[in-house]
Amino acid sequence: MPCTGRVDVIHLMEAFQKGADGVYVVGCLEGECHYSTGNLRAKKRVQYTKEILDMIGIDGGRLEMYNIAASDGPRFSQVAREMDEKIRALGPSPIRTMLQKIHGTDNVAVNVEIT
Amino acid sequence: MAKDKTGAVVVAGGGIGGIQAAIDLAESGFYVYLVEKSSSIGGRMSQLDKTFPTNDCSMCIMSPKLVECGKNLNIDILTLSEIKAVSGEAGNFEVLVNQKPRYIDLDKCIACGTCTEKCPTKVPDDYNAGLATRKAAHIRYPQAVPLKYLIDPDRCIYFEKGKCRLCERFCPAGAVDFTQTEKQITLNVGAVILATGFQPYDPALNDTYGYKKSPNVVTSLEFERILSATGPYQGHLVRPSDQKEPRKIAWIQCVGSRNVHSSDKGYCSGVCCTYAVKQSMVAKEHSAVKLDTAVFYIDIRTYGKDFEKFFNRSRDEMGVRYIKSRVNAVLPGDEEGDLKIRYVDEEGRLAQEDFSMVVLSVGLDMPKESIELAKNIGVELNHYHFVETGYFDPVATTRPGIYVCGVFQGPKDIPETVTQASAAAAKASSLLSGARFTLTKEKEYPEEIDVIGQEPRIGVFVCHCGTNIAGVVNVPDVTKYASLLPNVVWAEENLFTCSQDTQVKIKERIKEHKLNRVVVASCSTRTHESLFQDTIREAGLNPYLFSMANIRDQDSWVHQSDKEGATRKAKDLVKMAVYRAAKLSPLSRQRLPVIKRALILGGGVAGMTAALNISRQGFDVVLVEAEKELGGMARKIHRTLAGDDVQKYLENLIEEVTHNDRIQILKEALLADFSGTKGNFKTSLNVGPAMYQREVAHGALIVATGAREYKPKEYLYGQNDSVKTQVELEDILLKERDVAKGWRSIAMIQCVGSRNAENPNCSRVCCQQAVKNAIALKEINPNNNIYILYRDIRTYGFAEDYYRKARELGVHFMLFREHEEPRVEEVDGSIHVSFRDITLGRDVTIIPDQLILSAGIVAGDTEKLSNMLKAPLTSDRFFLEAHVKLRPVDTQTDGIFICGTAHSPKRIDETIGQALAASSKACSLLAKNYMEVGGVVAKVNPDRCAACQACVRACPYEVPFINEKGVSEIDISKCHGCGICAAECLPKAITLYHFEDNQILAQIDGLLEVI
Repeated sequence: MPCTGRVDVIHLMEAFQKGADGVYVVGCLEGECHYSTGNLRAKKRVQYTKEILDMIGIDGGRLEMYNIAASDGPRFSQVAREMDEKIRALGPSPIRTMLQKIHGTDNVAVNVEIT
Repeated sequence: MAKDKTGAVVVAGGGIGGIQAAIDLAESGFYVYLVEKSSSIGGRMSQLDKTFPTNDCSMCIMSPKLVECGKNLNIDILTLSEIKAVSGEAGNFEVLVNQKPRYIDLDKCIACGTCTEKCPTKVPDDYNAGLATRKAAHIRYPQAVPLKYLIDPDRCIYFEKGKCRLCERFCPAGAVDFTQTEKQITLNVGAVILATGFQPYDPALNDTYGYKKSPNVVTSLEFERILSATGPYQGHLVRPSDQKEPRKIAWIQCVGSRNVHSSDKGYCSGVCCTYAVKQSMVAKEHSAVKLDTAVFYIDIRTYGKDFEKFFNRSRDEMGVRYIKSRVNAVLPGDEEGDLKIRYVDEEGRLAQEDFSMVVLSVGLDMPKESIELAKNIGVELNHYHFVETGYFDPVATTRPGIYVCGVFQGPKDIPETVTQASAAAAKASSLLSGARFTLTKEKEYPEEIDVIGQEPRIGVFVCHCGTNIAGVVNVPDVTKYASLLPNVVWAEENLFTCSQDTQVKIKERIKEHKLNRVVVASCSTRTHESLFQDTIREAGLNPYLFSMANIRDQDSWVHQSDKEGATRKAKDLVKMAVYRAAKLSPLSRQRLPVIKRALILGGGVAGMTAALNISRQGFDVVLVEAEKELGGMARKIHRTLAGDDVQKYLENLIEEVTHNDRIQILKEALLADFSGTKGNFKTSLNVGPAMYQREVAHGALIVATGAREYKPKEYLYGQNDSVKTQVELEDILLKERDVAKGWRSIAMIQCVGSRNAENPNCSRVCCQQAVKNAIALKEINPNNNIYILYRDIRTYGFAEDYYRKARELGVHFMLFREHEEPRVEEVDGSIHVSFRDITLGRDVTIIPDQLILSAGIVAGDTEKLSNMLKAPLTSDRFFLEAHVKLRPVDTQTDGIFICGTAHSPKRIDETIGQALAASSKACSLLAKNYMEVGGVVAKVNPDRCAACQACVRACPYEVPFINEKGVSEIDISKCHGCGICAAECLPKAITLYHFEDNQILAQIDGLLEVI
């Protein structure tokens, strides 16, 4: 994506609908968006999507947004670990459990990274 | 004859200045040789963690420029190279360059890092200011351009002992070449630009502050590396001696600056105060423990645009302590590793305090090599060994055709360097304007194959990258997996997909298998997407029919210990790329003709300088002045600090502008309407007392509308005739010298209308103005008593010499504190100036003959213009640049540029430099015959648009508008392609090409399909 400003609620919801246990969006540091305000827009949309998730019984905590400087590799990996641990603790999403029941497949947890 | 000139330029130095000059020139139609001493471009800025006053990440903002420079077909980067001699004359130089061997073949190196891994020799890493080690086979930093390794012959075991060559044995690309030797290269060019920068002052030369004695005394550049995520401690703020988190850090200012006693560095380095403000703030933010920071300073010189606010924030909100003092010594502290700073405070008392760490704010020093370079090519230096330039021609050296920019010309910060780089490019362009586009290259491509309506036929190329990918990921397995994915008709693996022979192979496969989409699974789009897009374009495919899977940087490199997992991830990434590829559409770019004329608003020094340069670059100019006369604010200034005659200069400038056939001047003209996009603007003006209407079509616009002197409301100004502003004083000094002869006592008050609640910023020029007029008064009558009441004296750069001179002449500089402003009263017709003098420690009353107010500079009436141009303002109503560091003369609206005091307060020489920079930007636009627009841009489907204006509100560039049909419209020539509007649009009426919903959803589905 050119900018997290392009991240749409439907993209996030699609991932959950297809069985993702967790999704996180990674953008530039606040105030340092290449397109000036894209990451702030994304932040609002992520917040909004979290509310929808809570409302439909999927923990909104399965979706997060992080801001990391492009040169800060260590922080990026730290965030990946954090998110992985958090999602593992939450377990499979109710949608994935349901999908697996329907299709009879079993797969490891997958995180979708949108950067 | 202009025709005989050579349309190429050598730029010496690949720091941010050299990079900017090279990009400007290449964009303007000149071929550029960028000669860099080290192994990669990026210079000092690449070593910085954050940049002031926004605390932006330095590498983040710089790396797009590096890539742009590296990719440009008309910039030839010569690394490990230095200029040895320049013969010939302006327009036709022969430049002799010495290039050291890299011992690695640039064409073969794939930047895998194997040589570094295998190299047994560890040496101090100069990129990390010696705080970490690197190998003899190395790359300067991860984002380096060119991204090619090198072997340091001074440290390599093979060169020392004749054995080893491990790198050569293990290099998967066969790139190591120990037979390389030093080369002499002769370049034929029309002009030379010197941008070789500075070295940080070495505090070990005169070790006043214990730099050599304690590892916890570091230079500011070393501290910059300590703060950096890519630094020696991965961004953890720890001190070198025991790698413990410091509790207290002190900064000592003016190390290697403003010092004629123990060094010959009498100048102010200009940047150290603001970088100390930055570092002290960033350190507090970085620190895991509560951190106390203190800055020991002589004067705080935060004189740049919005720097004063930055300083205030550090002090008032972040709690940074500022201690006006003279540091006598740095001694061992009471605790192990700590340091004791012994100093004299502003009231003259001896004091001391312990710190965990001390940072020396080292100045900008001239490297020996630069001094030698100047000597070798016949360029004169000033008494501090910086390049000598004329006040009114700030980027021209003493040798015609050789220009200078950045710190080599004088101490300056990044935006000033970038500005001067563009200014130097403008001067070179006007010298060589007849030779534009004579030596540049342009690539020709075959006619595009029409793929619309065809079923996707995808070819997948999976890269081994030697062992970089294949050593972790099972590449044959991934390739087989790819071949079974829907729409894939061809899949193969390559040892190096980026190699020249693979490019030929990809083109053959496109033909053989009638491929209409291509996927490469390899390193990173950041470095290689454009290469592959170019390859498929050469085979007749639209470049947007390409998709990439990053299976190296984001997979094999980070999952080395989990080969199976990495292979699984590679398959997922390839599948996502294939699914995306199937949905890609060709995108076209439209060409809009460029109107080769510039419109300049403002007929002062800035506007006239820009007009002249643009006309000399071969383009027409319409110069618009609101007043009856040209000249602007400079009409009121008589002399510069160094004594140059401003009025004579102004007279010549007006004369030249008036008699230039390409420049049309409209006086008493006001802007009535403005529309269009870059390359194609239309402006209506009301001209003359009769206000007749005039329409101008133009390709670029420069705003040079200036500013004005603050009219004091304080200190009895306007009530007592003896109270004047510096500008009024200057007029008397020139016209009525005899009047001034009668004065015995003159007081000046600094920061009138600046650095206060109403106008928080520093007006930058007033200290120099006060010093200038004080010296003039002393010259008229040496027995004059002159008192300058100040908060900080801000004579930055070489102006420090004049501050010293004024002190030597006996001018009294008296310090008052913020919020303890002097009180001015009229008592029996006399003026009484009372204040608390900090140094004397007592209340003082002066009864001067004259009270001179150093009134600041405030913005003009800019709001209306700003609205009309959609060019935003700062909170104090100066025009806001597109990026404070790297786009200092661009506005957020493409094709509109700013210069002079409309941008911020500045001196005449700085105004001239900025005006030339704006000309450079305008001319690189006007030099093009057409603008290419389109590609990744947003498009509105009017049938779905509900005219809710969500896009209008969300767009950071104010592009969408509701058109006459009542629906949103996006001008693709203005769209930046971020996609914010597409995501905000509820009825999904807006599509961002190349990142369409169905393309993104296909990627997500590809990943999650198995679940």
